[in-house]
Amino acid sequence: MSEPPIFCQGLTKKYDKKLAVAGIDLEVPPGICFGLLGPNGAGKTTTVEMLEGLNHPTSGTIRLFGKSWGAGYDQELRERIGVQLQQTELADKLTVEEVIRLFRSFYDRGRPVDDLLRAVALEEERNQRFHTLSGGQKQRVALATALAGAPDLLFLDEPTTGLDPRARQLLWEVVERFRDDGGTVVITTHYMEEAAALCDDIAIMDGGKIIARGSPRALIDSLGRVQFVEFETEVPLPDLDRLRRLSAVTHVDLLRGRYRLTTDRSLEALSTVISGLAGEKIEPRGLTTKIATLDDVFLALTGKELGEEDS
Amino acid sequence: MSEEKLNPLVELVLARLREFYREPAIVFWVFGFPLLMALGLGAAFRSKPPELPRIGVVMVEESAESLELLEKLKAHPAAITEVYDRESADRALSRAKVDVLVLFDAQGYETVIDATQEKGARAQLEARDILQTAAGRKDPLRERHSRVTKPGSRYVDFLIPGILGMNIMGSSLWGVGYNLVVARKRKLLRRYGVTPMRRPHFLLSYFISRSLFLVLELGVLVAFGKLFFGMTVQGGLLSLVVISILGAAAFAGISLVIGARISNTETANGWTNLVQMPMWLLSGVFFTYERFPEFLHTPIRMLPLTALVDGLRGVYNDGLTLAGLLPEVLVLAVWGTVGFLIALRTFRWQ
Repeated sequence: MSEPPIFCQGLTKKYDKKLAVAGIDLEVPPGICFGLLGPNGAGKTTTVEMLEGLNHPTSGTIRLFGKSWGAGYDQELRERIGVQLQQTELADKLTVEEVIRLFRSFYDRGRPVDDLLRAVALEEERNQRFHTLSGGQKQRVALATALAGAPDLLFLDEPTTGLDPRARQLLWEVVERFRDDGGTVVITTHYMEEAAALCDDIAIMDGGKIIARGSPRALIDSLGRVQFVEFETEVPLPDLDRLRRLSAVTHVDLLRGRYRLTTDRSLEALSTVISGLAGEKIEPRGLTTKIATLDDVFLALTGKELGEEDS
Repeated sequence: MSEEKLNPLVELVLARLREFYREPAIVFWVFGFPLLMALGLGAAFRSKPPELPRIGVVMVEESAESLELLEKLKAHPAAITEVYDRESADRALSRAKVDVLVLFDAQGYETVIDATQEKGARAQLEARDILQTAAGRKDPLRERHSRVTKPGSRYVDFLIPGILGMNIMGSSLWGVGYNLVVARKRKLLRRYGVTPMRRPHFLLSYFISRSLFLVLELGVLVAFGKLFFGMTVQGGLLSLVVISILGAAAFAGISLVIGARISNTETANGWTNLVQMPMWLLSGVFFTYERFPEFLHTPIRMLPLTALVDGLRGVYNDGLTLAGLLPEVLVLAVWGTVGFLIALRTFRWQ
């Protein structure tokens, strides 16, 4: 079996005194979409930039397809990877087609320009100047430039930040097609929906470390087979113990004025909770039930929500 | 699947050219500004025909003879003659409305000049010559006089190659180094850095696109000089192109060194101006550097702008060939090569 697209061991990066990446071991097999999920400042970008050869690790080993950066294989590696940087600007005055042609010319082998334009659904905008494009269109041009060399390994750093759902969906489709054709993808994101929708395998990062790893399903299941019942009340409840005493409730949280009861994922348990609330003369408002998501996994692991800044 | 083979260097040069001509402001600074400058300075320092001496005449004592001389003086094409009375004549002289006073009396005439006025002596000579000849003086020697203008000797002939050189310096420094710094600041260079694109291709694309535009700039200024000032290139046009390209390459080299690492436009700005300023003053764009003390001449000639401007003037005005401009060619080539090599070693994508 050939070497894995990504292998790294004991990867660290120190900026002045701050440890941005605090020892990461990672192996990504070919043909999957791998997600690095975590809040801003978790060290995701630093990690992928080291993998891309843009940033030198303070310590640790990186091997892409069995080869390290700076060991005489850089040119070969650059031919094999495609990169979309976080918020890259491309040449403003060039048209979509010209930008893509330019990047295509850098690679020995690759996809024809027309094929790339079609892949990112920008055939109609081919003669538009880059600076006149919408955010989503710009990101798709950036994605096309990353695909220009028909890479074996594609790095996407927060490709959908700031995009509307439709633009995000379009981008996901391109990435999925690339993966389905046998490519390997590494994507960083702080959107759990993105990771859940796109990734076959996820590493959750926080404070420069990988704190959990697995498929989205496996990560969610690691919380136990749980479901949440959430509601508000007109008057705050004096004491949460009354809720905790309800049968089938394993855990109670108060999050921004909403009570969240953790329960077994069974209809029976749910009805017990609802009748239990009635028995306690608690009238729940805005009652919803939720299945666990990656957000909940993150919350359970770190005690904070994904959207929060990691300071 | 058939596929066109794209050459990275060609595509990079094309991208550079497109970015340039799609930016109207830059097009103005490169083409419009030097033309305006040449037009303005050229008009201010236009060569005028030599001024005629102005003679003020006072008839202290009139006689038939003096009246006849006055008429001959007035009719003479080599001087401008006007008659004054005594008091206004003195004022006219002291205010330099006339260069010389001729006072006719019974014996002959007296000339008066203002000792502080440079033109007086010449006007005095001219007046004497006209009057004595009119009165019948015979010159013993046969004389012939001719007037020639040597091509390329006017101020504008000096100035236009100077402006051309200055423009080549400016557009190379700003168009290469500053442009790189802006691209680095916008993280565009980082994006290029993760592709297999080769660094020399990238830097060369700057050299090549600059050279191509240069030929255009050169054409515009040469045509302008011909049209407005009747200037002709005495030497070969090809030599002019070669010198200009060497000049552009020299400044591109310096500029690449400036742009190799800086990622902040203010710093790049400062360095670029620091490079330009001394050369504006020393390199003889507007006046010859021969005016500086002798011991400075050699270091001044080592400056790329001096070599460029001297080279341009050599071809433009003196009809020299490249072989005749070997020192200038060498200075430019060294600056360009050394700059390019340093930049290649120090260049950072981010």
